Amino acid sequence: MTAIDIPEADRVTLEFEALAQRQARRRGFLLALPAWIYLIVFFAVPFGIVVVYSFATRTSRGGVALSDWNLASYERLGEELVRNVLIRSLGLALLTTVICLVVAYPFAYFMTTLSARVRNLMLVFVMIPFWTNFLVRNYAWRLILAEDGPWNTTAEAFGIDTVIDWIIDLPGWIAPDFLVGWLVDVPEPLFTKLAVILGLVYSFLPFMILPLYASIERIDGALLEASRDLYANARQSFVRVLLPLSMPGVVAGSILVFVPSLGAYVTPDILGGGKEVLLGSYIVTQFGTARNFPFGASLSVVLMVVMLTATIGYFRSGGRNL
Amino acid sequence: MTAAVELTGITKRFGDVVAVDAVDLVIDDGQFFAMLGPSGCGKTTTLRMIAGLDFPTEGSLKIFGDEVGTLPPNKRPVNTVFQSYALFPHMNVLDNVAFGLRMQGVNKGDARAKAAQAIDLVRLAGMETRKPSQMSGGQQQRVALARALVNEPKVLLLDEPLGALDLKLRQEMQGELKRLQQELGVSFVFVTHDQEEALTMSDRIAVMDQGRILQVGSPEEIYEHPANRFVADFIGQTNLLEGTVEDSSTVCLANGARVQASSDRPVGTAVAVSLRPERAHIAATEAVEDRPSVEGVVDRVTYLGNARVYTVRLDWMEVEVREENRPGAALHEPGAPVSIWWDPGAVWVVGDE
Repeated sequence: MTAIDIPEADRVTLEFEALAQRQARRRGFLLALPAWIYLIVFFAVPFGIVVVYSFATRTSRGGVALSDWNLASYERLGEELVRNVLIRSLGLALLTTVICLVVAYPFAYFMTTLSARVRNLMLVFVMIPFWTNFLVRNYAWRLILAEDGPWNTTAEAFGIDTVIDWIIDLPGWIAPDFLVGWLVDVPEPLFTKLAVILGLVYSFLPFMILPLYASIERIDGALLEASRDLYANARQSFVRVLLPLSMPGVVAGSILVFVPSLGAYVTPDILGGGKEVLLGSYIVTQFGTARNFPFGASLSVVLMVVMLTATIGYFRSGGRNL
Repeated sequence: MTAAVELTGITKRFGDVVAVDAVDLVIDDGQFFAMLGPSGCGKTTTLRMIAGLDFPTEGSLKIFGDEVGTLPPNKRPVNTVFQSYALFPHMNVLDNVAFGLRMQGVNKGDARAKAAQAIDLVRLAGMETRKPSQMSGGQQQRVALARALVNEPKVLLLDEPLGALDLKLRQEMQGELKRLQQELGVSFVFVTHDQEEALTMSDRIAVMDQGRILQVGSPEEIYEHPANRFVADFIGQTNLLEGTVEDSSTVCLANGARVQASSDRPVGTAVAVSLRPERAHIAATEAVEDRPSVEGVVDRVTYLGNARVYTVRLDWMEVEVREENRPGAALHEPGAPVSIWWDPGAVWVVGDE
């Protein structure tokens, strides 16, 4: 027996452990297999097709020539019309995200201060809108915002002529004139960017509340008490302790709202009256009436890249509490 | 002299629950003061009210003569060491310690310099750039101390600060806290449920139960002359021999035996004679002469290494007697008839109130 010989019993143990490890790996693979198949069939392959199409050429009859590879579709992204669509979509998505954040944060914080029973009830309330079809909810908003709908009649009850006038009259620091002008270009709320943002905020608010709540709930309340004990006033306590510690929730919620807002199609169509061309409907047009599959594909690729960058950035920043 | 902390008629109610019930308490400057009691007795709530983390429902709360009962914590000249330490996980040690100074408007450079001194004071020099998660429990505890002390509070409040540490570390930190308190000369108000910790560290102890203060005194006063049954039982171990006062120097025990024990309670009052296990002695029945004693049978013997604890069954209760483990000490087997005796001055009479 040489010095490096492993005793028989230990060798058996090692072999057994190696075997157990191999088995655990195989079991893990089998468990994940359905999800992998799903992702490959319904995400990777279609996305690959979209990428391939984006380099192809549109034939004169609206078909796709999978031979003449070029970057023409991507060059069109620089055109002023296309650039405006992209900027308008990014602006609306960003504004939607900021509004959701401002509305959801106090609400999520408030929820963490409640008893477990009331808290669960509130969570149910947050999720109740999901029980109704997305399309139906958007049409409901169309009725609410209509000229003689509850939006305006309520305003009248409070002695306001129209809500739009009221918004225009708000002080500049709350609603800067250029922003109001951009959001509301007709005297009625329906079919304006304001209506689109209302619809988007309404639809995606729960996606902001839930990660924020999860993130704030995890913060030890003693940390906030400690900051107050160490001479922080309420505002400093929020800026120095609560906000930085809830950052994973802020980032997660922002991605969850920003990404679908950017690609939103139904809401801008129904509440914006299709008047404001946004990325989502622009892509639909390319695949539909315009029959320009390569250009539609390149727009889709841009959208996907923005979303993937945001998501990857989030995970690399260490946030993991979705 | 103005008291460091003065509570007058302080009551705290949470809904229907009275957590603190009309407490009067004076804590002098420069004292190591312990608030001791079982969990739920109101000691932590009292501490939190001094800190400003809870507000009294009724009563007056003064710190160095100034009424502070309704001030938020950032307006009070006290700082707290939290039970869970509550170190900011997103800041390193230096920024944690400098936090209080920064919030008071001290500029970054000065705040960091003072923080470094405080870190030195708790013997953590060299660890300034660590995150709390990279430190042991004992080190986190020291950071929490430095973070509070750097603000030079007029009173330092500590909420079960040693509860999360293992025994060895806890004993070390007890010494450290005592050293710091003597060096700085400010009052430390310290909440604990560990009576041994309170006895070793404090100048004065307030014993609390069910929202009330039962007794305030030095460790000796509280151990030797407990105010009532609860205090006698909670501080250290004791045997409570039930009986009634017969005259000013005699108590008639439940079995009819008369023992010498002085009290100023009226004749006929139900009382208990508190007999500490280490003050009782055990002997074979015939060996006891002229001293107060009761008779019983050894039920079991617990060997502790440095001592043996005999549990002796009397015909009406069980009594524990602790005998130091000296060479030549007589041993008593379970089942042996024995007498338990004590010196007349060794017992103390306690009542319900």
